[in-house]
Amino acid sequence: MVERLSQGPASVSELGKPLARSLAAVVQHVQVLEASGLVQSQKVGRTRTCRINTTALRSAETWIAERRTLVERRLDRLGGYLARTADTPDPGWVGGVTRAVQPAEES
Amino acid sequence: MTDHSVLHDTFRIDRTYPATPSRVFAAFASQEAKDAWGDTGDLEPADPGGDSEFDFRVGGRERFSHKWQGTSFRYAALYYDIVPEQRIVYSYEMYADDVRISVSVATIEFAKTGDGTALTWTEQGAYLDGFRKDGTTEMLDGLTRYLQPPAAN
Repeated sequence: MVERLSQGPASVSELGKPLARSLAAVVQHVQVLEASGLVQSQKVGRTRTCRINTTALRSAETWIAERRTLVERRLDRLGGYLARTADTPDPGWVGGVTRAVQPAEES
Repeated sequence: MTDHSVLHDTFRIDRTYPATPSRVFAAFASQEAKDAWGDTGDLEPADPGGDSEFDFRVGGRERFSHKWQGTSFRYAALYYDIVPEQRIVYSYEMYADDVRISVSVATIEFAKTGDGTALTWTEQGAYLDGFRKDGTTEMLDGLTRYLQPPAAN
């Protein structure tokens, strides 16, 4: 049903045909899909038309891509900052010898 | 139908900077430096002067809140490993309107190169409840189970 809807909106009766299920069963399944947010339906007259909620499908990928994009932009700004402050002396962390910072005391 | 789900994603970004590892690391190590390069420059503080913290040491926390497109986001991080000029490892939670939406582990590595520093930023995130990587696939799987034709009588 979702595959059919990904090709374009369809009425409930159109959705039911290839599934050989009763209209009531199809309506129930559409309600399940609507409850999940994946499908939206609208009744006009006697016909209920369903369409995929593309916003819901894309939101996860968009959010995750946004996380990466935010880091990319931060790192761009870091580059600008390092270029602007190129003349500042090195902080010199423990004279170049690395050591783990001591853990914060648990209070 | 309540459905809890987790979506995992990892990304890695590599950059090089013509600056010493010491200076690049230092940019992450103090609030003053982070403000200077606008670490959170994209973000509008939810609560100027509100609840924020930056304690840059192992076991220390970093917290701030911001608004984006009408939603309040809260960021809460914990530093696990800090090796000056080499590595920072922390975890962080993101909340949207007080609902936890993700938990992530971030690693920032600094390596000396001929000209400066190679920075590698790796993040592994668990995105919670409602963030589906491929909603179509998951819904089709669920539908397939749900629509199993009843056994013929």
